[in-house]
Amino acid sequence: MPAFDDSILPMSISNEDVKYIAALARIDVPENKLEGMTKVLGDIVHYVEQLQKLDLDNVKPTSHAVPVGNVLRPDQIKPSLNNQEAMSFAIEAKDGSFKVPLVIE
Amino acid sequence: MSLHQLTAHALLDLIKSGKASAKEVYADVGARIKAVDPKVKAYVRLVQHQPDFSGAMPVPIAIKDNMCIKAQEITCASRILKGFISPYDAGVIERVKKSGGTILGNVNMDEFAFGSSCENSCYGPTFNPWNLQCVPGGSSGGSAAAVAADEAVWALGSDTGGSIRQPASFCGIVGLKPTYGRVSRYGLIAFASSLDQIGPLTKDVQDCALLMNIISGHDERDSTSVNEPVPDYTKALINDVRDLRIAVPREAFAEGLDAEVRHALEEALDLLKKLGAQVKEVSLPHTPYAVATYYIVATAEASSNLARFDGVRYGLRSQPSKVRKNALIDMYEETRSQGFGDEAKRRIMLGTYALSSGYYDAYYLRGQKVRTLIRNELDEVFKTCDAIITPTSPTVAFKIGEKTSDPLSMYLSDIYTIPANLAGIPAISVPCGFSKTGLPIGMQLMGRAFDEEMLLRISYTYEQNTEWHKKKPNL
Repeated sequence: MPAFDDSILPMSISNEDVKYIAALARIDVPENKLEGMTKVLGDIVHYVEQLQKLDLDNVKPTSHAVPVGNVLRPDQIKPSLNNQEAMSFAIEAKDGSFKVPLVIE
Repeated sequence: MSLHQLTAHALLDLIKSGKASAKEVYADVGARIKAVDPKVKAYVRLVQHQPDFSGAMPVPIAIKDNMCIKAQEITCASRILKGFISPYDAGVIERVKKSGGTILGNVNMDEFAFGSSCENSCYGPTFNPWNLQCVPGGSSGGSAAAVAADEAVWALGSDTGGSIRQPASFCGIVGLKPTYGRVSRYGLIAFASSLDQIGPLTKDVQDCALLMNIISGHDERDSTSVNEPVPDYTKALINDVRDLRIAVPREAFAEGLDAEVRHALEEALDLLKKLGAQVKEVSLPHTPYAVATYYIVATAEASSNLARFDGVRYGLRSQPSKVRKNALIDMYEETRSQGFGDEAKRRIMLGTYALSSGYYDAYYLRGQKVRTLIRNELDEVFKTCDAIITPTSPTVAFKIGEKTSDPLSMYLSDIYTIPANLAGIPAISVPCGFSKTGLPIGMQLMGRAFDEEMLLRISYTYEQNTEWHKKKPNL
């Protein structure tokens, strides 16, 4: 396995990075909060960069503490919420479906 | 003593012998809530209808605001879920109801369980019953404060990085994070799915065992729930630690540990030795990396889990006054920007960054690998030891507002509790002293996967030989 190349890591997070991440996360960060968010995220990223010191070449990743594979059940219909119950918390609904703002003109 | 001050096992004895009725107990706890909750602010809402009092174990219980209760509003203390009424019961709620448990209401938390102080809540903070200027800990701060203030006989919380144990420690009560997979997560609003686990917050260790009996067990609706037999946890309440081997990691006494907490832990170790336990020093060299690992793994999972809060289905929907991108994306962004608090936004963005193209290997994959190292070294210790002891938190409860402007210092208060979540093992916090200022101190015991019984046995023995758990705050 090739050694980890830490040159791909940014030295710090920029305002532009934060704008990019915000767009991916669908969160609007207003201009007057951008500087503050960049600083806080930069501090945290700086802190987690201590992990770069560790030699992890031959370590397998853990995605789950308990090793379980896919859990499947027989394909049988079981009692469940009906459409009306499942839609009971809908913000806006029409004909048993969730309604969203117009996407395609 | 009044009914509301008693433990669940004491109340159940009274009810069984006809000296008190379930309805009286519920009313007495309800009156206590009325009397002190204006000061403590543990509850975010009470149930509207009186419960059924005819069950076998009618113990009044408080539920953290992230577990679904049918026909009850549940919000995770977030504006984004305001108005969401659950159409079903969570797995643990079904079990509580089946046991006859009488639900009092939902208690406060950090928004989506993001925090260690219960200050990141859209309802405002909860206050520590031992000192109302201090935080109760978090994120299950409402659960811990309610039990400590006798506003609930016991409570359920959830623990992703210490969210049951740290508030239990700050409020002077018992809190257990079970083994990952022991308790169903069905109907628990997810924060970090590979770390989250529901568990009890109680007035003593015996109650902890009783509540574990109620909530543990397999649930096929949670595919990570483990189908292992559930023991009767009350059988583990044995007042004897002779020849048990307890490990003390050197790293737990590193800088940053408060002198009074260190002293309380040393005294607890001396007592356990006197009672016959073998205490030995061990090293867990990767545990200092646990916080950094956690803030990659947990935020990455959180950013995925919280993608579902987008204004389409439940809770809040906001639309900006003018078009920015297109109507749907504008709605997503406006809803999430209005609905999430600052810490939720930070964690979602941090997790998005850790998972984003180009950084995945450097952060998320690396975090998962360090997780393996931490897990392996804990496993290694458990080959020769029955439990590992550490402080629950490096300090006692801090002041409201003290850490809100510095998220990193807040994160570091979970340094002792995070390794158990990363490894999926059970861990308990039990009271082990008080600071000079009168704030509770907790000690943490970690055990092998599915060996909650060992933790209960050691904690029970310690408790039977100390008086800390009998102290009550003056409210």
